[in-house]
Amino acid sequence: MTYSKLPDPERLAAGILRRERAAVASGLNLLDNKLPAARQCAIRLLACLSGERWLNEGHLVGVTGPPGAGKSSLVSALIREWRRAERTVGVLAVDPSSRPELGGGALLGDRIRIKTQSHDEGLFIRSLATRNQLGGVATEVWPMSWLMLACFDIVVIETVGVGQTEIDIAEISDTVCYVAQPGSGDTIQYLKSGIIEIPDIFAVNKSDLGAPARKTAAEISRSASRPDRREDWDYPVCLVSAATAAGMRPFHDHFARHREFLRDAGLLAPLRARHQCAWVVRLLQEEFGTFGLQLAGGRSAIEQRLSETRSGQFEEYERMREHILSRLLSVNQPTV
Amino acid sequence: MVATRNNRDQPWLMRTYSGHSSARASNALYRTNLAKGQTGLSVAFDLPTQTGYDADSPLARGEVGKVGVPISHIEDMSQLFDQIPLDRMNTSMTINATAAWLLALYIGLAQRRGIDPKTLSGTTQNDIIKEYLSRGTYIYPPAPSMRLIADTINYTVKHVPKWNPTNICSYHLQEAGATPVQELAYALCTGMAVLDRVRASGEIRAEEFPQVVERISFFVNAGMRFVEECCKLRAFGEMWDALTLSRYGVEDPKLRRFRYGVQVNSLGLTEAQPENNVQRIVLEMLAVVLSKRARARAIQLPAWNEAMGLPRPWDQQWALRMQQVMAFETDLLEYEDILDGSPVIAAKVKELVDGARREIDNVEAQGGIIAAIESGYIKRELVSSHMNRLRAIEAGEMKIIGVNCFQETAESPLTGGSDGAIMKTDPAAERDQIERLQAHRRARNEADVRAALQALGDAARSTENIMPSSIRCALAGVTTGEWGDTLRNAFGEFRPPTGIDIAIDRRELLGKKDQVSDLRERVASTGSELGRPLKLLVGKPGLDGHSNGAEQVAVKARDVGFEVVYDGIRLTPQQIAQAAQEEGVHLVGLSILSGSHMELVASVLEELRARDLADLPVIAGGIIPPADAAKLVEMGVRAVYTPKDFNLNTIMADIVDVIRAGNGLTRLGLLH
Repeated sequence: MTYSKLPDPERLAAGILRRERAAVASGLNLLDNKLPAARQCAIRLLACLSGERWLNEGHLVGVTGPPGAGKSSLVSALIREWRRAERTVGVLAVDPSSRPELGGGALLGDRIRIKTQSHDEGLFIRSLATRNQLGGVATEVWPMSWLMLACFDIVVIETVGVGQTEIDIAEISDTVCYVAQPGSGDTIQYLKSGIIEIPDIFAVNKSDLGAPARKTAAEISRSASRPDRREDWDYPVCLVSAATAAGMRPFHDHFARHREFLRDAGLLAPLRARHQCAWVVRLLQEEFGTFGLQLAGGRSAIEQRLSETRSGQFEEYERMREHILSRLLSVNQPTV
Repeated sequence: MVATRNNRDQPWLMRTYSGHSSARASNALYRTNLAKGQTGLSVAFDLPTQTGYDADSPLARGEVGKVGVPISHIEDMSQLFDQIPLDRMNTSMTINATAAWLLALYIGLAQRRGIDPKTLSGTTQNDIIKEYLSRGTYIYPPAPSMRLIADTINYTVKHVPKWNPTNICSYHLQEAGATPVQELAYALCTGMAVLDRVRASGEIRAEEFPQVVERISFFVNAGMRFVEECCKLRAFGEMWDALTLSRYGVEDPKLRRFRYGVQVNSLGLTEAQPENNVQRIVLEMLAVVLSKRARARAIQLPAWNEAMGLPRPWDQQWALRMQQVMAFETDLLEYEDILDGSPVIAAKVKELVDGARREIDNVEAQGGIIAAIESGYIKRELVSSHMNRLRAIEAGEMKIIGVNCFQETAESPLTGGSDGAIMKTDPAAERDQIERLQAHRRARNEADVRAALQALGDAARSTENIMPSSIRCALAGVTTGEWGDTLRNAFGEFRPPTGIDIAIDRRELLGKKDQVSDLRERVASTGSELGRPLKLLVGKPGLDGHSNGAEQVAVKARDVGFEVVYDGIRLTPQQIAQAAQEEGVHLVGLSILSGSHMELVASVLEELRARDLADLPVIAGGIIPPADAAKLVEMGVRAVYTPKDFNLNTIMADIVDVIRAGNGLTRLGLLH
């Protein structure tokens, strides 16, 4: 039976930290599993993976943009550069699901598009469907990307950008990259929408098209550099071509540069702690609702307690969950 | 008895598409076939040869000598044509990405035998464009592929003038589901793309260009709707005539003739009551011989048991006799065109021509056939047409005797024999071919080989015609894999769009509505019971590029609510097992049509076990004889589907149950 097949979270975490592929795959399956027993096992797994390392190591990169902008070929080119530098890479490729009334299925085709020549032990790709969740990014993306962060040097989340996606991606990643399609109305909409304040790096793909690409890059440059944004970061706009590899090297270098910027400015660990905290609160709210949050002292008190234990937020979560459960059970005595 | 007229028309060239195991075995088969009255040869190559790999390449494992003959170097070619006079033979080669190479080996062999290449006649299929849409033996990206086609045309027009350097194929489009209008439109667009490319190469003087146009021939399909098919061929003739005059200014009407060869439809042949395929094949042939103005130049017929496995010599003989009976016993060849003047035929032809013109304009507006392939447009159109066809069969709107009606049958004495009524390839063929290849490598002059490959690489990187350096390679003893790799290094490799990303609401597909709702409910509830949505990997291991079945399963599975991972064709068992692990799927479905299912499925199972995934359910689909299916189940495969399992809804329900059983849940049984 499936129910009895739940892995031992401690042993699984040890395997993941050793970057054993079977353990990584099994851990991702567990984080995806909605059965109540699996949920608790998944939280335990995350608690086992927690630690200072999780707030300071690795690099979580989000790549988004409209359909057809060439995200996958750019991601593929980035991966080649990282692998050449012997960095290990985990990829979460998110594709849309069909509407629920049409069955809610999905075709996950990113493995082909993120083409790798041959067998590569240092690259791990998991495809995921959006599953019609509000916000465009499946809720599973957050824990899955953090699991990958525990064992890969670079974690890339690739999603189709549809407005809200960028906000979600920014709640997960250290560095957000927006890939624009030259001469497309999407980019204009994007500039108007205000979401342009989110990405840290912009890429205008298909620079081989010439003038339309340069025009789009110029439009983004005008809107991107806003004085009220994180000081000392320059929001680069790169003209690249995944087809001819033009502009790839400087584009690729911006990712490492942005990560250094976050670390040097002391922004990285607080950023991740904040992302983690938001996730934990979301977990509690999903399970117990606003009432449950009240039982644990209210949202701000919870956030306060979590921020005091930055590297052990999941253990704190488990304590709070126990607390809420006991309060609930004392209110509603179970009938035997 | 009535005496037949003396001035009968010459019959068409009669061939049988054949080749298997080794050059020696295939040569023996060819000589037998010629002795039985066959008038030309049609060479089937194995997949490593078609995709530019040597027999000892890891990707070739299990594929050597399976769907055709392995040709790794000039000594193989020499053995294949042993005691066959090249200057008096008409040889058709079904070869595409490596067409320039196989042609170079043929020319090289002729030179070695002291035969003037100007006397060689035959055909290289050499339509790489359709390989991106169907069949799947492409290697290089579209631009260098077009250049290889143009190079062979430019070379043969000057040096091998009786050769048909390219055979533009609408055949495989129909096998991929194309309607007659789509067949007409996409084949003619391909013809234009090829001629435009040759003209742009500047190698041919304007006054010689009509000769190039004349050398372009076609390879067409004919299905069961034989009246419409006959009209389609008349439409082809009219449209090619008009196009070559208006677009290329060919004044001489003889040079504007639509010349074509045929293999009739395999898509409509059934595994159920397979003896009925005989009448199907004859009726399909009727469509391409009936109208004198639109009569085929060469015909090859499939065997009655093609949907079951590889045909035996006797099965191929039966197919040849069908042609001979049609040509020599009937009075067909005694008349002028018997359809001229029929208003019904004329109206149907006009309808097809008008439809095809509209679709040609549509494709041209998208920048031509290459752009429409790269964008995925054409593949999506074909996948969608194919889905409509399957839906019509499932709904019983399209009747197929023995499949969705009149299924009851007495036991067939034809299929009862101990050989299962199919041919087995020699299991030792792969090992023998590898030994022969390695001995050849040891015997040749390495310095000559290196110099020839250097010249080939230089030619590939310049605009120089690829043929002279390829012929030099052939004579130096270069191997198929070395030729393929040299060009891979120069041109890169290519993966076209899979076409399965078609929107659901664009199609009226969905089949029986209550069945689909039932399936969606089963997929969703099973996902809930297991804790996460059902995820399926559709994998095509090996070199076989016939992806239509895999695509249909992937699209259907998505429509009923599965999350589907499909990575396209030509994957190694290792890549499939790795994808299954990384993706955390609930089931792996393998599709194999090349006959290599035993080796490839065994390798995938082994790779899964090595990843601790021995419990992951695996199913297999393809042309798999019952005896092999039983062995696969013994090896641990949970279910095997063959062409007789045409109902995708039933397959989907079964897949859900396989997953349920594998996870300790009760089966839900047949759909209502």
